[in-house]
Amino acid sequence: MSDLVKEGEEFLRKLDELGRVKRRWVSKDEEDTDPRYGYPPYRRPIDLYIRKGLIVIDKPPGPTSHEVVAWIKKMFGLEKAGHGGTLEPAHP
Amino acid sequence: MLPVALGSATKLIGLVMHSRKEYVALMELHREVDPEKVTAVLKQFVGRIYQRPPLRSSVKRALRIREIYYIEPLEFQDRYVLFRVGCQSGTYIRKLCHDVGLVLGVEAHMRELRRTATGHFREENGVYTLHEVSEALYLWRRYRYEELLRKIMQPAELIVANLPKIVIRDGAVDAIAHGAQLAVPGILRLHEGISKGERVAMFTLKGELVAIGRAAMDTNEILESKRGVAVRIERVFMEPGTYPSMWKRRKSCE
Repeated sequence: MSDLVKEGEEFLRKLDELGRVKRRWVSKDEEDTDPRYGYPPYRRPIDLYIRKGLIVIDKPPGPTSHEVVAWIKKMFGLEKAGHGGTLEPAHP
Repeated sequence: MLPVALGSATKLIGLVMHSRKEYVALMELHREVDPEKVTAVLKQFVGRIYQRPPLRSSVKRALRIREIYYIEPLEFQDRYVLFRVGCQSGTYIRKLCHDVGLVLGVEAHMRELRRTATGHFREENGVYTLHEVSEALYLWRRYRYEELLRKIMQPAELIVANLPKIVIRDGAVDAIAHGAQLAVPGILRLHEGISKGERVAMFTLKGELVAIGRAAMDTNEILESKRGVAVRIERVFMEPGTYPSMWKRRKSCE
Protein backbone atom coordinates (compact mmCIF):
# COMPACT_ATOMS: atom_id res chain seq x y z
CA MET A 1 0.00 0.00 0.00
CA SER A 2 1.42 3.41 -0.96
CA ASP A 3 2.01 6.13 1.65
CA LEU A 4 -0.68 8.30 0.06
CA VAL A 5 -3.29 5.54 0.37
CA LYS A 6 -2.20 4.96 3.97
CA GLU A 7 -2.49 8.69 4.69
CA GLY A 8 -5.98 8.72 3.16
CA GLU A 9 -7.04 5.74 5.22
CA GLU A 10 -5.73 7.32 8.41
CA PHE A 11 -7.58 10.57 7.63
CA LEU A 12 -10.87 8.75 7.08
CA ARG A 13 -10.38 6.85 10.35
CA LYS A 14 -9.94 10.20 12.06
CA LEU A 15 -13.17 11.46 10.47
CA ASP A 16 -15.02 8.35 11.67
CA GLU A 17 -13.78 8.99 15.19
CA LEU A 18 -14.82 12.67 15.10
CA GLY A 19 -18.21 11.84 13.61
CA ARG A 20 -18.65 8.92 16.00
CA VAL A 21 -19.12 6.46 13.16
CA LYS A 22 -18.62 3.01 14.69
CA ARG A 23 -19.00 0.99 11.47
CA ARG A 24 -16.26 -1.24 10.14
CA TRP A 25 -14.75 -0.87 6.69
CA VAL A 26 -15.08 -3.58 4.05
CA SER A 27 -12.96 -3.85 0.91
CA LYS A 28 -14.21 -4.56 -2.60
CA ASP A 29 -11.06 -3.91 -4.61
CA GLU A 30 -7.61 -2.41 -4.19
CA GLU A 31 -5.87 0.26 -6.20
CA ASP A 32 -3.26 2.99 -5.80
CA THR A 33 -3.81 6.73 -6.21
CA ASP A 34 -1.92 8.95 -8.66
CA PRO A 35 0.14 11.56 -6.75
CA ARG A 36 -0.17 13.97 -9.68
CA TYR A 37 -3.83 14.69 -8.98
CA GLY A 38 -5.47 16.19 -5.90
CA TYR A 39 -4.02 16.54 -2.38
CA PRO A 40 -4.54 14.89 0.99
CA PRO A 41 -6.91 17.38 2.72
CA TYR A 42 -4.41 18.62 5.33
CA ARG A 43 -1.73 19.16 2.66
CA ARG A 44 -3.70 21.31 0.24
CA PRO A 45 -1.82 24.46 -0.84
CA ILE A 46 -2.93 27.26 1.47
CA ASP A 47 -5.22 28.98 -1.06
CA LEU A 48 -7.09 25.75 -1.71
CA TYR A 49 -6.99 24.89 2.00
CA ILE A 50 -8.87 28.13 2.67
CA ARG A 51 -11.38 27.71 -0.13
CA LYS A 52 -12.19 24.19 1.06
CA GLY A 53 -11.98 25.09 4.71
CA LEU A 54 -13.93 25.36 7.88
CA ILE A 55 -13.41 27.40 11.05
CA VAL A 56 -15.19 26.70 14.30
CA ILE A 57 -15.64 30.16 15.75
CA ASP A 58 -15.80 30.97 19.43
CA LYS A 59 -18.74 33.29 18.83
CA PRO A 60 -19.05 36.42 20.95
CA PRO A 61 -22.58 36.80 22.36
CA GLY A 62 -23.38 40.14 20.71
CA PRO A 63 -23.40 39.80 16.91
CA THR A 64 -25.67 37.41 15.05
CA SER A 65 -24.34 34.36 13.20
CA HIS A 66 -24.97 36.16 9.91
CA GLU A 67 -22.86 39.11 11.03
CA VAL A 68 -20.01 36.81 12.04
CA VAL A 69 -20.12 35.13 8.62
CA ALA A 70 -20.12 38.53 6.89
CA TRP A 71 -16.98 39.56 8.83
CA ILE A 72 -15.20 36.34 7.99
CA LYS A 73 -16.07 36.72 4.31
CA LYS A 74 -14.63 40.23 4.37
CA MET A 75 -11.50 39.20 6.29
CA PHE A 76 -10.73 36.42 3.82
CA GLY A 77 -11.93 38.36 0.79
CA LEU A 78 -14.18 35.47 -0.18
CA GLU A 79 -17.51 35.69 -1.93
CA LYS A 80 -18.94 32.60 -0.33
CA ALA A 81 -19.14 31.53 3.30
CA GLY A 82 -21.89 30.07 5.42
CA HIS A 83 -22.56 28.90 8.93
CA GLY A 84 -24.04 25.76 10.38
CA GLY A 85 -25.58 26.97 13.52
CA THR A 86 -28.82 28.82 13.02
CA LEU A 87 -31.17 28.78 15.93
CA GLU A 88 -34.06 28.73 13.49
CA PRO A 89 -34.18 25.94 10.94
CA ALA A 90 -35.34 26.93 7.46
CA HIS A 91 -37.71 23.96 7.35
CA PRO A 92 -39.30 23.55 10.77
CA MET B 1 -19.45 28.10 18.93
CA LEU B 2 -20.34 28.48 15.30
CA PRO B 3 -18.96 26.33 12.47
CA VAL B 4 -18.31 28.60 9.47
CA ALA B 5 -17.56 27.14 6.05
CA LEU B 6 -15.50 29.05 3.49
CA GLY B 7 -15.66 29.00 -0.31
CA SER B 8 -16.86 25.73 -1.79
CA ALA B 9 -17.31 24.23 1.68
CA THR B 10 -20.37 26.50 1.97
CA LYS B 11 -22.53 24.08 0.02
CA LEU B 12 -21.92 21.38 2.65
CA ILE B 13 -22.61 23.40 5.77
CA GLY B 14 -26.38 23.09 5.34
CA LEU B 15 -25.95 19.48 6.43
CA VAL B 16 -24.91 20.63 9.89
CA MET B 17 -27.52 23.38 10.13
CA HIS B 18 -30.36 21.11 11.20
CA SER B 19 -28.36 18.82 13.46
CA ARG B 20 -28.72 18.63 17.23
CA LYS B 21 -27.35 21.39 19.43
CA GLU B 22 -25.95 21.60 22.94
CA TYR B 23 -25.98 24.73 25.08
CA VAL B 24 -24.93 25.90 28.51
CA ALA B 25 -27.51 28.37 29.77
CA LEU B 26 -27.79 30.65 32.77
CA MET B 27 -31.35 30.99 34.01
CA GLU B 28 -32.48 33.54 36.56
CA LEU B 29 -35.46 32.60 38.71
CA HIS B 30 -37.53 35.49 39.98
CA ARG B 31 -37.57 33.97 43.47
CA GLU B 32 -35.24 31.49 45.12
CA VAL B 33 -36.31 27.84 44.80
CA ASP B 34 -34.89 24.70 46.37
CA PRO B 35 -32.30 23.22 43.93
CA GLU B 36 -33.88 19.77 44.22
CA LYS B 37 -37.21 21.15 43.06
CA VAL B 38 -35.54 22.97 40.14
CA THR B 39 -33.74 19.77 39.14
CA ALA B 40 -36.99 17.81 39.21
CA VAL B 41 -38.77 20.36 37.02
CA LEU B 42 -35.85 20.54 34.56
CA LYS B 43 -36.05 16.73 34.18
CA GLN B 44 -39.73 17.06 33.28
CA PHE B 45 -38.69 18.91 30.14
CA VAL B 46 -36.64 15.99 28.78
CA GLY B 47 -38.46 14.41 25.85
CA ARG B 48 -40.84 15.93 23.33
CA ILE B 49 -42.05 19.39 24.35
CA TYR B 50 -44.35 21.97 22.80
CA GLN B 51 -42.80 25.33 21.99
CA ARG B 52 -44.19 28.46 20.40
CA PRO B 53 -41.31 30.44 18.82
CA PRO B 54 -40.78 33.79 20.60
CA LEU B 55 -41.89 37.15 19.14
CA ARG B 56 -38.40 37.95 17.96
CA SER B 57 -37.75 34.93 15.77
CA SER B 58 -37.37 34.30 12.08
CA VAL B 59 -39.86 31.43 11.82
CA LYS B 60 -43.63 31.22 11.82
CA ARG B 61 -44.96 31.50 15.37
CA ALA B 62 -46.95 28.29 15.36
CA LEU B 63 -46.87 25.81 18.23
CA ARG B 64 -44.41 23.06 17.36
CA ILE B 65 -42.81 20.04 18.93
CA ARG B 66 -39.09 20.00 19.75
CA GLU B 67 -37.13 17.23 21.41
CA ILE B 68 -34.95 17.78 24.47
CA TYR B 69 -32.41 14.96 24.71
CA TYR B 70 -30.98 15.79 28.14
CA ILE B 71 -30.86 18.56 30.74
CA GLU B 72 -28.20 18.58 33.40
CA PRO B 73 -28.04 21.23 36.16
CA LEU B 74 -24.44 22.33 36.70
CA GLU B 75 -24.56 24.97 39.45
CA PHE B 76 -27.01 26.75 41.71
CA GLN B 77 -26.36 30.12 43.31
CA ASP B 78 -29.11 32.18 44.89
CA ARG B 79 -31.66 32.67 42.12
CA TYR B 80 -29.29 31.56 39.33
CA VAL B 81 -29.31 28.13 37.73
CA LEU B 82 -26.59 27.07 35.31
CA PHE B 83 -27.53 24.06 33.19
CA ARG B 84 -26.46 22.09 30.12
CA VAL B 85 -29.08 21.09 27.57
CA GLY B 86 -28.94 18.88 24.47
CA CYS B 87 -31.79 19.52 22.05
CA GLN B 88 -33.16 19.33 18.55
CA SER B 89 -32.24 22.11 16.13
CA GLY B 90 -34.69 25.01 16.39
CA THR B 91 -35.31 24.73 20.13
CA TYR B 92 -35.50 28.11 21.85
CA ILE B 93 -33.65 28.02 25.16
CA ARG B 94 -34.99 31.44 26.12
CA LYS B 95 -38.47 29.95 25.80
CA LEU B 96 -37.43 26.85 27.71
CA CYS B 97 -36.25 28.99 30.66
CA HIS B 98 -39.50 30.93 30.60
CA ASP B 99 -41.55 27.72 30.62
CA VAL B 100 -39.46 26.19 33.43
CA GLY B 101 -40.23 29.34 35.43
CA LEU B 102 -43.94 28.89 34.83
CA VAL B 103 -43.91 25.29 36.04
CA LEU B 104 -41.91 26.30 39.12
CA GLY B 105 -44.50 28.99 39.81
CA VAL B 106 -41.90 31.76 40.32
CA GLU B 107 -41.24 32.80 36.71
CA ALA B 108 -37.77 32.84 35.19
CA HIS B 109 -35.78 34.18 32.27
CA MET B 110 -32.58 33.38 30.43
CA ARG B 111 -29.61 35.53 31.36
CA GLU B 112 -26.85 34.02 29.22
CA LEU B 113 -26.46 31.37 26.58
CA ARG B 114 -23.49 29.62 25.02
CA ARG B 115 -23.63 26.93 22.33
CA THR B 116 -21.23 24.11 23.17
CA ALA B 117 -21.94 21.72 20.26
CA THR B 118 -23.50 21.68 16.79
CA GLY B 119 -23.93 18.14 15.53
CA HIS B 120 -20.54 16.42 15.89
CA PHE B 121 -18.68 19.74 16.26
CA ARG B 122 -17.88 20.20 19.92
CA GLU B 123 -16.40 23.18 21.69
CA GLU B 124 -13.71 21.09 23.38
CA ASN B 125 -12.31 20.04 19.98
CA GLY B 126 -11.15 23.61 19.46
CA VAL B 127 -12.83 26.95 18.82
CA TYR B 128 -11.16 30.17 17.73
CA THR B 129 -12.08 33.80 18.29
CA LEU B 130 -12.40 36.29 15.44
CA HIS B 131 -9.24 37.96 16.82
CA GLU B 132 -7.29 34.73 16.45
CA VAL B 133 -8.55 34.34 12.88
CA SER B 134 -7.57 37.92 12.10
CA GLU B 135 -4.08 37.40 13.56
CA ALA B 136 -3.53 34.18 11.60
CA LEU B 137 -4.59 35.93 8.39
CA TYR B 138 -2.24 38.80 9.11
CA LEU B 139 0.74 36.49 9.68
CA TRP B 140 0.02 34.71 6.43
CA ARG B 141 -0.52 37.84 4.36
CA ARG B 142 2.34 39.86 5.84
CA TYR B 143 4.94 37.14 6.50
CA ARG B 144 3.75 34.16 4.43
CA TYR B 145 3.50 32.25 7.70
CA GLU B 146 0.77 29.62 7.12
CA GLU B 147 1.04 27.44 10.19
CA LEU B 148 -1.34 29.34 12.44
CA LEU B 149 -3.98 29.58 9.72
CA ARG B 150 -3.65 25.84 9.08
CA LYS B 151 -4.10 25.16 12.78
CA ILE B 152 -7.19 27.34 13.08
CA MET B 153 -8.85 25.95 9.95
CA GLN B 154 -9.96 22.41 9.21
CA PRO B 155 -10.65 20.74 5.87
CA ALA B 156 -14.33 20.83 4.84
CA GLU B 157 -14.27 17.02 4.94
CA LEU B 158 -14.93 17.31 8.69
CA ILE B 159 -18.45 18.51 7.95
CA VAL B 160 -19.42 15.05 6.69
CA ALA B 161 -17.45 13.11 9.33
CA ASN B 162 -20.67 11.63 10.74
CA LEU B 163 -21.79 10.05 7.44
CA PRO B 164 -21.11 6.48 6.28
CA LYS B 165 -18.33 6.58 3.71
CA ILE B 166 -17.32 5.07 0.38
CA VAL B 167 -13.83 5.27 -1.15
CA ILE B 168 -13.70 5.38 -4.94
CA ARG B 169 -10.93 4.92 -7.52
CA ASP B 170 -9.10 7.86 -9.11
CA GLY B 171 -10.69 6.92 -12.44
CA ALA B 172 -14.24 7.38 -11.09
CA VAL B 173 -13.68 10.83 -9.58
CA ASP B 174 -14.01 13.14 -12.57
CA ALA B 175 -17.19 11.52 -13.91
CA ILE B 176 -18.86 12.29 -10.57
CA ALA B 177 -17.40 15.80 -10.57
CA HIS B 178 -19.16 16.20 -13.93
CA GLY B 179 -22.49 15.00 -12.56
CA ALA B 180 -22.51 11.23 -13.17
CA GLN B 181 -23.92 8.77 -10.61
CA LEU B 182 -21.52 6.46 -8.77
CA ALA B 183 -21.49 3.02 -10.40
CA VAL B 184 -20.42 -0.17 -8.62
CA PRO B 185 -17.09 -0.66 -10.49
CA GLY B 186 -15.83 2.69 -9.17
CA ILE B 187 -15.95 1.50 -5.54
CA LEU B 188 -12.88 0.31 -3.62
CA ARG B 189 -13.89 0.26 0.07
CA LEU B 190 -16.98 1.17 2.06
CA HIS B 191 -18.56 1.13 5.48
CA GLU B 192 -20.56 -1.84 6.67
CA GLY B 193 -24.29 -1.56 7.16
CA ILE B 194 -25.10 1.11 4.57
CA SER B 195 -28.80 0.79 3.74
CA LYS B 196 -30.64 1.79 0.61
CA GLY B 197 -31.65 5.48 0.68
CA GLU B 198 -29.12 6.36 3.39
CA ARG B 199 -26.96 9.44 2.88
CA VAL B 200 -23.30 8.61 2.20
CA ALA B 201 -20.10 10.58 1.54
CA MET B 202 -17.71 9.54 -1.25
CA PHE B 203 -13.94 10.05 -0.92
CA THR B 204 -10.80 9.61 -2.99
CA LEU B 205 -8.03 7.30 -1.79
CA LYS B 206 -6.23 10.43 -0.54
CA GLY B 207 -9.21 11.25 1.69
CA GLU B 208 -10.67 14.12 -0.38
CA LEU B 209 -14.44 14.48 -0.37
CA VAL B 210 -15.84 14.00 -3.89
CA ALA B 211 -19.60 14.22 -3.32
CA ILE B 212 -22.46 13.23 -1.08
CA GLY B 213 -25.47 11.22 -2.20
CA ARG B 214 -28.06 8.59 -1.36
CA ALA B 215 -27.17 4.90 -1.52
CA ALA B 216 -29.12 3.10 -4.25
CA MET B 217 -27.82 -0.27 -2.97
CA ASP B 218 -26.96 -1.55 0.50
CA THR B 219 -23.42 -2.59 1.45
CA ASN B 220 -23.98 -6.28 0.64
CA GLU B 221 -25.51 -5.55 -2.77
CA ILE B 222 -22.54 -3.34 -3.60
CA LEU B 223 -20.10 -6.08 -2.57
CA GLU B 224 -21.94 -8.71 -4.64
CA SER B 225 -22.69 -6.61 -7.74
CA LYS B 226 -20.49 -6.05 -10.77
CA ARG B 227 -22.42 -3.14 -12.27
CA GLY B 228 -25.28 -0.74 -11.67
CA VAL B 229 -25.75 2.59 -9.89
CA ALA B 230 -24.61 2.34 -6.27
CA VAL B 231 -25.13 5.97 -5.19
CA ARG B 232 -27.34 8.74 -6.54
CA ILE B 233 -25.37 11.96 -6.21
CA GLU B 234 -26.95 14.88 -4.32
CA ARG B 235 -24.14 17.39 -4.08
CA VAL B 236 -20.72 17.48 -5.73
CA PHE B 237 -17.77 18.93 -3.82
CA MET B 238 -14.83 18.06 -6.11
CA GLU B 239 -14.11 20.53 -8.90
CA PRO B 240 -14.24 19.00 -12.40
CA GLY B 241 -10.77 18.58 -13.88
CA THR B 242 -9.04 17.88 -10.56
CA TYR B 243 -8.61 14.24 -11.59
CA PRO B 244 -8.17 13.08 -15.22
CA SER B 245 -11.31 12.20 -17.14
CA MET B 246 -10.94 8.47 -17.87
CA TRP B 247 -14.65 8.31 -18.52
CA LYS B 248 -14.39 10.37 -21.71
CA ARG B 249 -11.81 7.95 -23.06
CA ARG B 250 -13.88 4.96 -22.03
CA LYS B 251 -16.95 6.47 -23.66
CA SER B 252 -15.18 6.89 -26.99
CA CYS B 253 -14.05 3.24 -26.88
CA GLU B 254 -17.58 1.93 -26.51
